[in-house]
Amino acid sequence: MAEFTVFDLLDLDIKKRSHLRLRCVAGRSGLSRAITTSKISRPGLPLTGFFEEFRAQAVQIFGRGEQAYIRMLEKADKMDNVERLFSHPIPACIFTDRGEPSRRIIELAESSSVPLLVSELPSGDFSRILYQSLDGIFSPTRTIHGVLVEVYGIGVLIIGDSGVGKSETALELIERGHRIVSDDTVRLRNVGDTFLIGTGENPALAHHMEIRGLGIINLANLYGVGAIRERKQIQLVVQLEDWDATKEYDRIGTEMTTDYLGISIPLVIIPVKPGRNIPIIIETAARNERLKKLGYHSAREFNRDVKTLLESESARKIYYDAEEEF
Amino acid sequence: MVQRELVVTTRAGIHTRPAATIVNVANRFESDLFFERGTIRINGKSIMGIITLGATYQTVLTMMCEGKDEEELADAIEALFLNRFEEEGS
Repeated sequence: MAEFTVFDLLDLDIKKRSHLRLRCVAGRSGLSRAITTSKISRPGLPLTGFFEEFRAQAVQIFGRGEQAYIRMLEKADKMDNVERLFSHPIPACIFTDRGEPSRRIIELAESSSVPLLVSELPSGDFSRILYQSLDGIFSPTRTIHGVLVEVYGIGVLIIGDSGVGKSETALELIERGHRIVSDDTVRLRNVGDTFLIGTGENPALAHHMEIRGLGIINLANLYGVGAIRERKQIQLVVQLEDWDATKEYDRIGTEMTTDYLGISIPLVIIPVKPGRNIPIIIETAARNERLKKLGYHSAREFNRDVKTLLESESARKIYYDAEEEF
Repeated sequence: MVQRELVVTTRAGIHTRPAATIVNVANRFESDLFFERGTIRINGKSIMGIITLGATYQTVLTMMCEGKDEEELADAIEALFLNRFEEEGS
């Protein structure tokens, strides 16, 4: 990943509701400092002189408490700890709660080239938004070859070799009212080791598709905004492969999973051959996946029913056999 | 696996037509082709993939070929880059 600097933080384009509302008041020469961790630090203890375990490489957030403490230190003219804090290679200091850094702090930031930022947000809200944004930036990503569609609300990643019919399948799914996130290249992001989020690699080129014989088509224009999505959590992976008569395919719904960036996702392998309606199979797989999420596992329930039937049959048999002996 | 660095020498960068040419040539070979630019890694046998790279003039791409005829594929793609995406004989 390219370096993420303090300048990028100021420039971060997040939705209005969760905007950081940052403004730089001093230390502009340090705006090119890189932020290398998604952790943030509340430097209450360092201000008291305790620098053990101090996260110098993290963004430092001064809330109301820290700001009041600095004011107290300044009044008593005991700024040693503050100066010591600024002597560390910290990427940025942020005063939240409409904090107004004093003349002395501004001078300190200028002389040590530490960007001094202020935000009108309360420190709690600010930390939460900053955590989320930094998590998104520092989470591991990987780009893969595949198509990401949303089918009945389930994020389905279709993978398979070139020419197996991924795009055509996706096209049919869109035609049937489902949505496309990205064709061909999908960028996967591990969010908090729990979710796998997929987006298009390049927002400017997403929602285009190359169909052999037609060239490149614009899906948003052809099918409208209802047919597209920006991002989607991946909940099912469908692997398309050419029908191989010698290979044994799953016939009874055995559970398979595959692994992306350390997150395990249910996998379905669908053999492709002329006459098989792949989009409908994918729709069914998605419906099945939804059922599983609601607690109903078709294959397992069916097996339980079969077992019950067998048990009752054998019970009956024992009963009847016993009767014959009389 | 064969890995080579390629530089885009056309002023217009890799737009649709060069992308299509690369894919056409690549599809003549059995080996897999990948291009890497920074954190982006895409399948070189896909037009949309190559366009997604956003390769402009002087962009350096890493090409990776893997398979039986990887050397031949790498040579063919490298020749394309050197020939400014003009296929030989066309």
